[in-house]
Amino acid sequence: MNSEERILTPVRVWRGGPGETGHYDTFLTPYEEGMSVLDALRWIRLHADSSLAIRYSCINANACKTCMVLVDGKVEYACTSRLKPSGVSLEPLRKRRVIRDLVTDTILDEEKLERTVDRNDT
Amino acid sequence: MDQWGARWARENGHIKQVTAPGHSRARCCYVDFLNTGPSVAGTLRRQLSRWNNIQRLSNVTVTDIVTHDGVAVGAVAINIVNSEIVTFDAGAVILAAGGLTKLFRRNSASANMAGEAYALALWAGADLVDMEFVQFLPIAHLAPRLVGMDPIMWDPFRYKLGGRLLNGRFEEFMHSYGGTDNGNYSTVRDQASYAVLKEVEAGRGSPHGGVYLDFRHVPEEQLRSAFGPVIDRLVANGIDLTQTPVEVGPTAHYHMGGVRVSVKMETRLEGLYAAGEAVGGANGANRLSGNAITEALVFGETAGRNAADHAMKVCRRWESRYAQQFVETAQAACSLRNPGGLPPIALQSELQDVMWECAGPFRTGDALEKALARIQQMKRELFSLSLSGQQHFDLDLQDWFELKAMLTTAEAVVAAALERRESRGAHRRLDFPETDSALSRNQTVEMKNERLLLEWTPVVS
Repeated sequence: MNSEERILTPVRVWRGGPGETGHYDTFLTPYEEGMSVLDALRWIRLHADSSLAIRYSCINANACKTCMVLVDGKVEYACTSRLKPSGVSLEPLRKRRVIRDLVTDTILDEEKLERTVDRNDT
Repeated sequence: MDQWGARWARENGHIKQVTAPGHSRARCCYVDFLNTGPSVAGTLRRQLSRWNNIQRLSNVTVTDIVTHDGVAVGAVAINIVNSEIVTFDAGAVILAAGGLTKLFRRNSASANMAGEAYALALWAGADLVDMEFVQFLPIAHLAPRLVGMDPIMWDPFRYKLGGRLLNGRFEEFMHSYGGTDNGNYSTVRDQASYAVLKEVEAGRGSPHGGVYLDFRHVPEEQLRSAFGPVIDRLVANGIDLTQTPVEVGPTAHYHMGGVRVSVKMETRLEGLYAAGEAVGGANGANRLSGNAITEALVFGETAGRNAADHAMKVCRRWESRYAQQFVETAQAACSLRNPGGLPPIALQSELQDVMWECAGPFRTGDALEKALARIQQMKRELFSLSLSGQQHFDLDLQDWFELKAMLTTAEAVVAAALERRESRGAHRRLDFPETDSALSRNQTVEMKNERLLLEWTPVVS
């Protein structure tokens, strides 16, 4: 595919903090055959808006299980969800407290720093 | 691990072992299908969750190890959830943060393996060894786009099924480089990487800049019996191995170098230990397949045991003033706002290109010098970068600390590669293609007055 044929896919992303109504930003993202939603999000952070909050670790192996988001309303792993060239709408998980943008509170309570701040072990 | 439920592949009741590349005997064990890593990690995690006196913390990024009088006494970290700076006082610290493959444009690993363990060790006053030896796997996946699967999955495919490596013209080529490729995958990795990149350089590469891996001659029943559910996942990715070859090429996969430790996994700093890929020197100039997970388990256990012994005996002397300078650096980073400045992720991306082009599988003095100059320049640019300033989950902040560590580690790799004017194992100099027996020594790296100091040291015998 040469550059004149480049498809720009609209990726609509919810932005906001805990308890906020938030708003949506749409990023026109270069489409490549077979790319994942996570590929698009990482492109957006690098080329359009580095303030976008997303969570991932293993990029594409689906080994870390940390990248769950709503893709057109359905819960999916961003790393294995194929980007539709016509576009997608991305939102944070509905049943979890929002931390920011697409990042929600999915960590076990016992692993949170806030729970251990006063620990004094000898 | 077996008792804890790791599910090693078995044959006739015994744990099955295969002959991996470079090995002289069948010794590598694994978990089907392509599941060794996740199985080992999952098994350890399950065990961890059974003990109340082991605390896991998530979303916390360590930015510095705190020392006092040459002893590691704790760490400074940032809680990425709310940008809060925290300090930890500890009887012992173990660095187990993995390797540095994120430094390279093409890499096989998790996002967060950016070489922080090496940088943290250097800054704390420990030393590193063998930093020039980065392992590039010859046949990681390049195309078509694969999601949900590990880019180095083709290695195990080759263990079990052979397969043929063909250049862009669908010709066999490994024999031209002194390797053998009779479908049984016996060429050692660095030799294979060299062959692939040379074919690409000569204009005989595949469309995405690699070579083809071809299983079309393997009957489908054999493919399925070897890899069952993986074959279906490949089909879901639009890849039918009976019809099309895939494109593969060298990718940064592992770091042989790292933190210098004793057999007890102690660094030269009392109270600071290291384990796993963060450790340097155990694999020499090139790592044999199967050693990485093994060393993580063995060295991890050793480090844990010795660190615990030490922590029980030591008298803890934390004072918050020991951490002050690191807390101040963290605070300064948190408030970096330079309108019009680049975000840290932009420099990370540039560094990945610089390292791939100048410090990748093939190196020359000129390219390494160029890389070193740019890395040192980027270090000076750190405080003119711009962070978006979100209080919650600011990835720019995370990226800034990661970049800071990447630059220190990259500088150590490039400086060591420059000094080693020969080719040995995974370190290949096009300007010094022969192995020089006078350089059968290790190089150590330490920081003195904020500069890197490299030294040659005899191999431990």
